[in-house]
Amino acid sequence: MTDPKPPVDVAEEPPAPRQETFFQRFMRELTGGSILVTILSVVLALLIGAVLIAASDPDVQDRADYFFSRPGDTLSAAWSAISDAYGALFTGSIIDIDEYTVGRALRPLAETATNAAPLIAAGLGVALAFRAGLFNIGAEGQIILGAILAGYVGFGWHLPTGLHLIVGVLAGIVGGAVWGGVVGLLKARTGAHEVIVTIMLNYVARFLIAYLLTTTAFQRPGASNPVSPIVDDSAQLPRFFDDSRLHLGFVLVILAAFGVWWLLERSTMGFEFRAVGANPNAARTAGMSVSRTYVWVMLLAGGLAGLAGVMQVLGTERYLTSGISAGIGFDAITVALLGRASPWGTVAAGLLFGALRAGGVPMQASTGTPIDIIVVIQSLIVLFIAAPPLVRAIFRVPVRSAGQPVAGLQRGWGA
Amino acid sequence: MSAPTVLAPSAPAAPDIAVRPSWKAPIAFAVLALVALIAFGILGESGQTSTFGISTSSDAWQIDPLALSSQPVALGLSLVCVVVAAYAAWLVRAGHSVPMWLTVLFTIAFVLAFLVWAVAGEQISFTSLLQGALALSVPLVFGALSGVLCERAGVINIAIEGQLLAGAFLSAVVATLTGSLYVGLVAAVVAGLLVAFVLAVFAIKYIVNQIIVGVVLNVLVLGVTNFLYGQLLAPEAATWNSPGTLPRVEIPLLSEIPVIGPVLFEQTIIVYAMYVTVALVHVALFRTRWGLRVRAVGEHPKAADTLGIRVNTVRFRNVLLGGAVAGLGGAFFTLGNVGAFSREMSAGQGFIALAAMIFGRWSPLGALGAALLFGFANNLQSLLGIIGTPIPSEFMLMLPYILTIFAVAGLVGRVRAPAADGEPYVKS
Repeated sequence: MTDPKPPVDVAEEPPAPRQETFFQRFMRELTGGSILVTILSVVLALLIGAVLIAASDPDVQDRADYFFSRPGDTLSAAWSAISDAYGALFTGSIIDIDEYTVGRALRPLAETATNAAPLIAAGLGVALAFRAGLFNIGAEGQIILGAILAGYVGFGWHLPTGLHLIVGVLAGIVGGAVWGGVVGLLKARTGAHEVIVTIMLNYVARFLIAYLLTTTAFQRPGASNPVSPIVDDSAQLPRFFDDSRLHLGFVLVILAAFGVWWLLERSTMGFEFRAVGANPNAARTAGMSVSRTYVWVMLLAGGLAGLAGVMQVLGTERYLTSGISAGIGFDAITVALLGRASPWGTVAAGLLFGALRAGGVPMQASTGTPIDIIVVIQSLIVLFIAAPPLVRAIFRVPVRSAGQPVAGLQRGWGA
Repeated sequence: MSAPTVLAPSAPAAPDIAVRPSWKAPIAFAVLALVALIAFGILGESGQTSTFGISTSSDAWQIDPLALSSQPVALGLSLVCVVVAAYAAWLVRAGHSVPMWLTVLFTIAFVLAFLVWAVAGEQISFTSLLQGALALSVPLVFGALSGVLCERAGVINIAIEGQLLAGAFLSAVVATLTGSLYVGLVAAVVAGLLVAFVLAVFAIKYIVNQIIVGVVLNVLVLGVTNFLYGQLLAPEAATWNSPGTLPRVEIPLLSEIPVIGPVLFEQTIIVYAMYVTVALVHVALFRTRWGLRVRAVGEHPKAADTLGIRVNTVRFRNVLLGGAVAGLGGAFFTLGNVGAFSREMSAGQGFIALAAMIFGRWSPLGALGAALLFGFANNLQSLLGIIGTPIPSEFMLMLPYILTIFAVAGLVGRVRAPAADGEPYVKS
């Protein structure tokens, strides 16, 4: 008799033709692209930034009026505008060689680390969700909720030294985890798309903190503007140096990065995360609970973003304002993308973006170049990294390194 | 003989889609109706009147303000809510689904009950309430239409925010430089097109994740406009940023109608363009061959390809079209309303537009309704903030977002995106 099995297999194939879902393809691009493309993307973004700086510089514009009679004038003005701005960016973020003591010369570096810490924490949250196939745009809201709870414990409760800080940090993590967990729960139960829900929850969080800062429980007594009291000394993340804001949070965030690495690469739960991210249907077939994974991964991602909120309110700022999240949640997305959704990549990307943030302020102060150029450079970097073929085409990099099958993510499955 | 064996395994693959109508809508109605009945009706202050002005001072026919006795009217309206909820429950029990008009009726009754309760002892102008609501809705409608055009063809457009902002920026700059507001309008369209072009190239040609491109484009446009604003527009507003506003055009006869006239027919050309665009997109999408093709590409690109439709070409065109529409909407911020560009002018309206599109179930008319509802809620919030209400304004501002979460979670009826939305098409 004929064997019925082969036709069955053939017939079952057509309904699921997408061997590689969109997300997997994206993850492959993300994790499989070469380091070269990353570096070229940064260079390209800085070049475009330079063009913007030069083109909008009033001095350059004046000289461009007689460009065709003396082009050298325009070019030298453009060069000085660009080098001034990028020079200030460097001295503001890495090292200030004009200072006399080593401590003061390295202060920009400490400021970079201070700025990088919450970026890395929130970026880890976004990256972790990425690995499970979820797009967490809600870090901003999760940071706000984390900051609200940590801040409230910080100034509202008065606990003994040591315990106070621990409770404050945990409260912040719980705040972020709840805000993220709601997303995971809705996704698991109703299939609500996490992108939409997180965008909406960002706004809800923003209005929530604006409301809370008008209530007597949160508003600083005697203050007319919406700011909270300063958190107790016992709840503040201790600072390392006298003349720098760098605080214990940076150590916490490196520990968090290690924790995420261990979770993803060494634990069963992390394996499930990656399996669900690679192919939810296959993971379900293998007996994993996809909905439980969604809830867990969003709880953890939210908790990491909540940690970023903790660092903002207990470490850097030390009181709540409605702008406590400072756009970190949105930068965290770009940080996670630039770090190719790996824990240590996220740390590196967070340091780069922290440096850009730290250097942007003195750049604006000393050269008048608006700090918004930083946002332009950051978004261009990510845009180029997301499309390796484009960067390769621009720099004529051979495609040899491109077609490599899958580093990292999908490998989890079989061979 | 092999045929039955082929068919057998596919049987469990068909889930019971939409066989039983959902109880979610009647339950949601019942809860809200109960809230209305208790909070607005039974617990409402008795003996107060809510006064609604109908005519503006410039109207030809003056109509006296409508003074309603607050508590009884709110009670009556919340009873309407209760009846609607009961009818919805009866329908679902009888195996029918809850029709759209019932949801609309419920919403209107609930909002009116709330309004009568909130305005107790005060007076607001009904006409200016609606005028403000429309003004706040215009960018939302354009943005939501942009989303509909893109997503019906299967490309997710998160970059609506960036398209609106780019339209607002370029229209203000070009209108100032050329001295012509209408050239500014064209520039707004071009700005939206440019953002959409980048989205299309990255999403369709380079097959980058559409959500990522959209998110990054929003940040990029924000950065570029803020940068140029700080460098050029703010220091030298006279040369770069003083376009002025478009004149209001009164439509003869129609603008004489009380309430409706001043609200709908004393507007700038952008608002009239909005009416036309909504109608055009609706008809084109559901009544023309072009629309059928677009929807086919969005639902089942492979089938469309088999029939000879060039999937990625259709998508590319639709993304550009959507960008143009959103860009025109962006011009409303500057040329239609304020008369100058300011930093981060779109202020998240693009994301509310996205919410309106989802809430309106990816249809132009639905998106229009949702955008009007969101605009109304937003304007109501600022109006009630002036007369003082029991509800903090922040919670009113949260409303569109929470409603959207409910909508995507399926608590209010079923929302379903086009099947191939967000999936790139690679010909195999």
